[in-house]
Amino acid sequence: MSSNTPTRSHHHEEKFPWKHIIGYVLSLVLTFAAIWFVLDSHLPSSAIISAIVILAVFQAVIQLFMFMHLTEAFGPNYQQFLIFFAMFIAFTVVAGSIWIMAFKSYVA
Amino acid sequence: MSPAVKQWILNFFPHNVLELGADGAIILASLAILFVLTYFKKWKWLWKEYLTTVDHKKIGIMYIIAAILMLFRGGSDAILMRSQLAFPNEHFLSAEHYDQIFTTHGTVMILFMAMPFVIGLFNVAVPLQIGARDVAFPYLNAISFWLFFFAALLFNISFVVGGSPDAGWTSYTPLAGAHFDPGPGENYYLIALQITGIGTIATGVNFMTTILKMRAPGMTLMRMPMFTWSVLITSIIIIFAFPVLTVALALLLIDRLFGAHFFTISAGGMPMQYINLFWIWGHPEVYIVILPLFGVFSEVVATFARKRLFGYSAMVVSLLAISILSFVVWVHHFFTMGAGVGVNDFFGVSTMLIAIPTGVKVFNWLFTMWRGRIRFELPMLWTLAFIPNFLVGGLTGVMLAVAPADYQYHNSYFLVAHFHYVLIGGTVFGCFAGMYYWWPKMFGFKLDDRTGRWAFWTWIISFNVCFLPMFVVGLMGMTRRMYTYPAGLGWMPYNLIETIGAYGMAIGFVLMVYNIYWSIRWGERDLTGDPWDGRTLEWSTTSPAPEYNFAVIPTIKDRDHWWYVKYIEKEEEKTKPAFKPIHMPNNSGRPFIMSAAFGLAGFGFVFEWWVPAILGLLIVLICMGQRSFEVNTDHYIPVDVIERTEAEAGRL
Repeated sequence: MSSNTPTRSHHHEEKFPWKHIIGYVLSLVLTFAAIWFVLDSHLPSSAIISAIVILAVFQAVIQLFMFMHLTEAFGPNYQQFLIFFAMFIAFTVVAGSIWIMAFKSYVA
Repeated sequence: MSPAVKQWILNFFPHNVLELGADGAIILASLAILFVLTYFKKWKWLWKEYLTTVDHKKIGIMYIIAAILMLFRGGSDAILMRSQLAFPNEHFLSAEHYDQIFTTHGTVMILFMAMPFVIGLFNVAVPLQIGARDVAFPYLNAISFWLFFFAALLFNISFVVGGSPDAGWTSYTPLAGAHFDPGPGENYYLIALQITGIGTIATGVNFMTTILKMRAPGMTLMRMPMFTWSVLITSIIIIFAFPVLTVALALLLIDRLFGAHFFTISAGGMPMQYINLFWIWGHPEVYIVILPLFGVFSEVVATFARKRLFGYSAMVVSLLAISILSFVVWVHHFFTMGAGVGVNDFFGVSTMLIAIPTGVKVFNWLFTMWRGRIRFELPMLWTLAFIPNFLVGGLTGVMLAVAPADYQYHNSYFLVAHFHYVLIGGTVFGCFAGMYYWWPKMFGFKLDDRTGRWAFWTWIISFNVCFLPMFVVGLMGMTRRMYTYPAGLGWMPYNLIETIGAYGMAIGFVLMVYNIYWSIRWGERDLTGDPWDGRTLEWSTTSPAPEYNFAVIPTIKDRDHWWYVKYIEKEEEKTKPAFKPIHMPNNSGRPFIMSAAFGLAGFGFVFEWWVPAILGLLIVLICMGQRSFEVNTDHYIPVDVIERTEAEAGRL
């Protein structure tokens, strides 16, 4: 039904897709930065892993804002709430599992 | 013939009396269905009206029928178990068979009875309650149903082809790993759940989108009926919880089929991690099967007390609180694993917190009834039975949440009694309340009150006879899943009473089926579309609703819109509504074929028989490809057809 109806374009049409260009360039920069850390930085491996995780988080944020329409909506913006809820669940599952599976038990 | 092939063929032949009986029943039932369809020339009707439908109302009906059949299947397992346990030292079932039966009982009841029943109620009521013409993705909705259907079929043939899973409905590793549990049984469990899980996630996406994007004009979020609210929250929980199950099942399947070691300790895996992942899904899952029914109770209480629902916004906040809390309590299923004092404290307290929003909801129902003019119709009876029975389940749940005490209760019959009080007293009673409530909307006639009351009283009395003694026998030391027990422990009287209760519930089920049969023949027809003097939008259209639900989409003016239209606004002037052509989705046989191919692939994976597995997956891919290039997906119902339909229903 509504999934099939052609939707009118509601967002403001820009003449030139600046947002996408900037996002694209930033993504490339972050990706090459990650490659540099791995291939050429000669840092200890724990520092390399921390660095690429941080870069990945930035990358994800850029993707969400520049390409994934996080801030755009026809009506109320539901996806922002859902993204935050998803982050909460992801954090709970990962951190909770690490905590639980560490078995800091007095019994065991 | 190679020995492997011979063994494989032998899987299809019965090994004992029970399997012979099951084989016979399956063959006889299949032949009877084939005969009836052919004799009455209903094949074409079945294909055109049901197998290819994308109409949410018909899909809902099919879900509920399937769920009732699965209730019969899971109930038969329960009767076998209770017969075994009625007396000490019984060996009516072997240990191996008993293991298979409690495993399929749990799996069938949760995944193939409660889930489809609840999702059936979503389908039947939600689009009608929000003034939509279908769900957001009707084609996907059909895929969801057929995936569930073929997964259920796959799971159910396990008993007669190759053996049922036998590691419990939780399928804990290392017991469920390839080393301790070889053979196809556990594969059936893993693959059937995986297939139905795909359908369930799609349903979650579908209903979340439908409710957020397709409400009638004027229906703000805070004007939605409470059932729709509960479905929205449930859909969100489904979307976030089910992927964890998918991962857990996939990892175990890779362990079993391809020799990986995610959960085998000798090769560096962590069996406890499976338990952890399972309950990250498993606890939200129990809210998935109860929250929609809280919604049903809210609708029923308001309708039959003839009052506006008390504390609407408190209800919404409680639902939100439960949805968040449901994700932070999962360890209470395995306190005894020994994850540490800090972990057990945290999860014990978070579990107790859930009692607060749940208590708020119970009080809101009571206050809605307070000084209302209550009519004791069947949906209301089931709701009234729910409150005290669920309370027993809920309070014993708080007892179980006390981690030190849980070491005493863990895996005893006390626990078994607890979760049956919440799952039967809450989920099953709620499904019945919803079924009786929306039955006229589904089929155009009411279920008979007199025979319905017989079924109701038999059910709730037998339910308590069956499960109350379990609390006692659990505290006396009887653990769950034991296939027989010695004499002289003092358990026998309790077990015998429980078995009598179980047979009583079976009689209640038969009475309920008779109730439905009687009502089909002689039940009161609903010509008004509003047999209960309802409050929400679904009662404004005809019973059953036309294909397009509403000839003209109404503009919502109040939370109880239909009540407002009937009693406050009154009818100002009756102008002939201006119909416009209605945009509707096309039917398609592909969801059926694609899901059947999924079933075929699943069967191949179960026996590690790669030809059907790959063939099935190929057909799935082809179906998806075909759909991608399909242009002709929708049509318009012309105005003269709408006028004719409305005139026939006496609505013009």
